[in-house]
Amino acid sequence: MSTLNVIRAVAFLLLLLAPAAAVYAIDPATLPDPKLEARYLALTHEFRCVTCQNTTIADSQVELAGQLRRQVREMLMAGKSDQQIRDYMTARYGDFILFRPRFAARTAWLWFAPGVMLIIGVLVAVRIVRQRTALVADDNEPIEEDLRT
Amino acid sequence: MTRFLIPLGVFVALAFVLAFGVRHSTQNGTIKSPLIGKPVPDFSLPKLEDPKSLVSASDLKGHWYLINVWGVWCATCHEEHPWLMEYQKQGVLPIIGVDWNDQDADARQFLSQQGNPYTHVITDHDGRTAINLGVYAAPESFLVNPAGVVVYKCTGALTKEVWEQEIVPLVHGMAGSGVLCRG
Repeated sequence: MSTLNVIRAVAFLLLLLAPAAAVYAIDPATLPDPKLEARYLALTHEFRCVTCQNTTIADSQVELAGQLRRQVREMLMAGKSDQQIRDYMTARYGDFILFRPRFAARTAWLWFAPGVMLIIGVLVAVRIVRQRTALVADDNEPIEEDLRT
Repeated sequence: MTRFLIPLGVFVALAFVLAFGVRHSTQNGTIKSPLIGKPVPDFSLPKLEDPKSLVSASDLKGHWYLINVWGVWCATCHEEHPWLMEYQKQGVLPIIGVDWNDQDADARQFLSQQGNPYTHVITDHDGRTAINLGVYAAPESFLVNPAGVVVYKCTGALTKEVWEQEIVPLVHGMAGSGVLCRG
């Protein structure tokens, strides 16, 4: 078999695999309107599967996750806004269901901490670099002097 | 001297942050229910034994009751079952069983073999009532006062400690200890 034929065979096998990804998707549901579908995908990736806790409801096979996805679909079809759907979920499961925490007094540190850490890191780095440069300046004497002693 | 004081200060601050996190973290992944202090979500579900007749939240209003969300598929519910049988005998308050995401035949068989601790067993086949209650695992129990307000929620098995130190005192108008069953 020539190299070209091997490449062709591999490409063909890969092509066969492509639809499998769609068939084995956890959530086979689609919405009639592409705009609603996009919002549906975004929202289901925003809510935590409360049973498994570390995946989104879009990625979970748990029955409850499926029922929560159904709820999102139904509310989208009924013309509810994203915020109304988020409020519906948090009214029942609390802020914990949101993978992206809301900005509130209680969660402010979550949002500010990375910035504060970055500033501290930069200050420390600047300090270290300055000290090192100072050391180099002090050490400007010719090396020969060391050799003579 | 400040060379050592700065890292020490940083460590003390870190210790405070971690201590705060440990004290305020959820227990074993339990989610604090936003439902406490709020009216029990309205429901109207068919009885397991007689699916044509419905039991609703308004039917139960006016006295204390306990909603117990369970399923035959749930192992902890099996553990909890003998305790529920015992609580039912004490006659403190009616226990309303919500059979969640279950097959009626399985539920009937389970209750006929193991005994039925429930005043009513109602079936939530599509999980809508469970979602309204914020249920995320079974068993979960909700104590509802005569005004129809949820005053206590227990995620996981309703142990004897929870029953004796939370449910019974609350029904008798006393404060529960508040630490045994979070959520």
